[in-house]
Amino acid sequence: MKEKTYVKDIDESIYDFRFKEDEEDILGRGIGADLIDEISKEKNDPEWMRNFRQKSLELFHKQRMPQWGPSIEGLDMDRIVTYIRPKAKMRNKWEDVPEDVKKTFERLGIPQAERESLSGVGAQYDSEIVYHNLRSEVEKQGVVYTDLETAMRNPRFSEMIEKHFMKLVPPTDHKFAALHGAVWSGGSFVYVPEGVKVDIPLQSYFRLNAESAGQFEHTLIIIEKNSYLHFIEGCSAPKYYAASLHAGCVELYIGENATLRYSTIENWSKNMYNLNTKRALVEKGGKVEWISGSFGSHVSYLYPTSVLNGDGAVSEFTGITFSGDGQDLDTGAKVIHNAPNTSSYMNTRSISKSGGRNTFRSEVIVKPQAKGSKSSVSCASLMLDSISGSDTIPVMDIRTKDADIGHEAKIGRISDEAVFYLMSRGLSEEEAKALIVSGFAENVSKELPVEYAVEMNNLIRMEMVGSIG
Amino acid sequence: MQSLLKIENLHVSVGEKDILKGVDLEIKQGETHVLMGPNGAGKSTLGHAIMNDPKYEVKEGKIFFEDEDITEESTDKRAQKGIFLSFQDPIAVPGISLGNFVRSALEQGTKTHIKLWDFKKKTKAVCELLNMNESYADRDLNVGFSGGEKKKAEIFQLLMLNPKLAILDETDSGLDVDAVKTVSEGVKEFQKNGGTLLIITHSTRILDNLNVDKTHILFDGKIVKTEGPELVNQINEKGFEDFIK
Repeated sequence: MKEKTYVKDIDESIYDFRFKEDEEDILGRGIGADLIDEISKEKNDPEWMRNFRQKSLELFHKQRMPQWGPSIEGLDMDRIVTYIRPKAKMRNKWEDVPEDVKKTFERLGIPQAERESLSGVGAQYDSEIVYHNLRSEVEKQGVVYTDLETAMRNPRFSEMIEKHFMKLVPPTDHKFAALHGAVWSGGSFVYVPEGVKVDIPLQSYFRLNAESAGQFEHTLIIIEKNSYLHFIEGCSAPKYYAASLHAGCVELYIGENATLRYSTIENWSKNMYNLNTKRALVEKGGKVEWISGSFGSHVSYLYPTSVLNGDGAVSEFTGITFSGDGQDLDTGAKVIHNAPNTSSYMNTRSISKSGGRNTFRSEVIVKPQAKGSKSSVSCASLMLDSISGSDTIPVMDIRTKDADIGHEAKIGRISDEAVFYLMSRGLSEEEAKALIVSGFAENVSKELPVEYAVEMNNLIRMEMVGSIG
Repeated sequence: MQSLLKIENLHVSVGEKDILKGVDLEIKQGETHVLMGPNGAGKSTLGHAIMNDPKYEVKEGKIFFEDEDITEESTDKRAQKGIFLSFQDPIAVPGISLGNFVRSALEQGTKTHIKLWDFKKKTKAVCELLNMNESYADRDLNVGFSGGEKKKAEIFQLLMLNPKLAILDETDSGLDVDAVKTVSEGVKEFQKNGGTLLIITHSTRILDNLNVDKTHILFDGKIVKTEGPELVNQINEKGFEDFIK
């Protein structure tokens, strides 16, 4: 006697609160040259940035929508609000942040998190960063953590930013990179000087509050030779009727023998189009560690890319994707081996249930000069019922014989045999399944920041227990 | 003595195939029964049917545990009542350590929180008895375990969970002499503490150190002979031939 198993959807109500946006704060819907001008004016952009925005806008109108991956037909670009005027100037004292904004972040556990385990924290509410703080001992080491607009006005960094901004992800890359170049707002700028090891993580938090808004934050991190940084990024939004868009951009520049760990926990609401572009450039002996948890969004296109540019550079990608009812998450990673003796590792887990779809897409490119390089890709997918789907699309482009390349993909369902075995020791069916799913995710979830790993396990448990009928 | 397990006219099939064709069996509290028989007789089927393995379908008959009809009970409820099945080839479950799994099972079964300290202490004692390194409990459940390690891990679970009735399905098969001795030490410990046993086996090596109350021969889905411990020796000498004509 076999019964079909249905697993209930994630209860997102803990994130599903919102405050009303005043219409006058919105700088108009849709995207035109005059709007871009308005943003530039509002932000007091330097000349090069004004031009950059306008050029990007032209590119945006010229480029086609992506012709592959999940459908984004539900995204109405004419309705998306690209910029929401800040109701608050950036603060570095929590008490000074406006009450409703503060309430939102406090419900999300910020800055409680800062007090407990972080060197610095930044919080973005809609289009603008509203709070930024950095521990003084970290600041004394010469570490800079602020929003990009502030950094751009600082003579010490303006040139550095102009040199690096959207050079890894140029607006010519794709339509949404172009859109980002035109309307970007907020985000983070981090600079770690040579030899400085920041041993406690920095965290940014992005919160999209307004209906059918777009969030276009830009994260630019430059870490010099022999330095270390762990940066954590978290995202959430309440659910509105109209679809929202996230087209952020992350650019990481990693100096010689430096290591950057970049952790993301994305839990956008289930009507978000998450079209985010992330790239890292790694110099000789340097290392990038991507940790990526994707739980929210209606549709995601997300493939953090590492360009291994110097001898012995390393990229590690660890990802977990969890998709439920109405979600189509296309995630993965890309690595370009551009120098000899470079190595890359990808290790991902995806779980789908209640009709959710996951696609794992990976690309490994080994250039002719990248002799002695190594790459290993391992992805596993678990489907919790017969109405959910999972796909893997690995691409390998290897241009040298002197490379060691491995790939392993597994797709499966929970085995009845395993469930029976665990139940024969007294676990209920739900407990048995939850344990199997947690176990499946374990070698990825142990890489997550500990509070997120705990939350993820709770999430799995919450979903599995009491939901089988 | 009180009846612990009672099986009446049990018919079990897998798919279209009838495996058990009317099995009657009664095991009293504290007894040790041995179930022997040639390959394909249905020995493992009986063990799995008692545990309600979804692969097997009970067509007819009843199973009682402590005089309560459990024929319709789910696997986890049966386990919580005190039935344990040691698997011939237990499945590997990545990401869950043997120790954490047993602790979850104990907490589910007793509905109480088990203190980590107490749990560690017990783990240590059981590992010593079974000649296992304590780090065993930190390894993922059956992942990369050799045949012998899997069997030991099953006996580890038996001693940690301490059920009322243990069904050992070919726990001695594929083990070298030393491993059989260790496993049989573990089973003896369980027996000493008043545990009731149904030992399904091919060979008799595991029985050397154990007190046996009854021996059954299962053939073609039916128990064809039941006697005392002396039957084990007869089978040892002559095989099943004489009993299954």
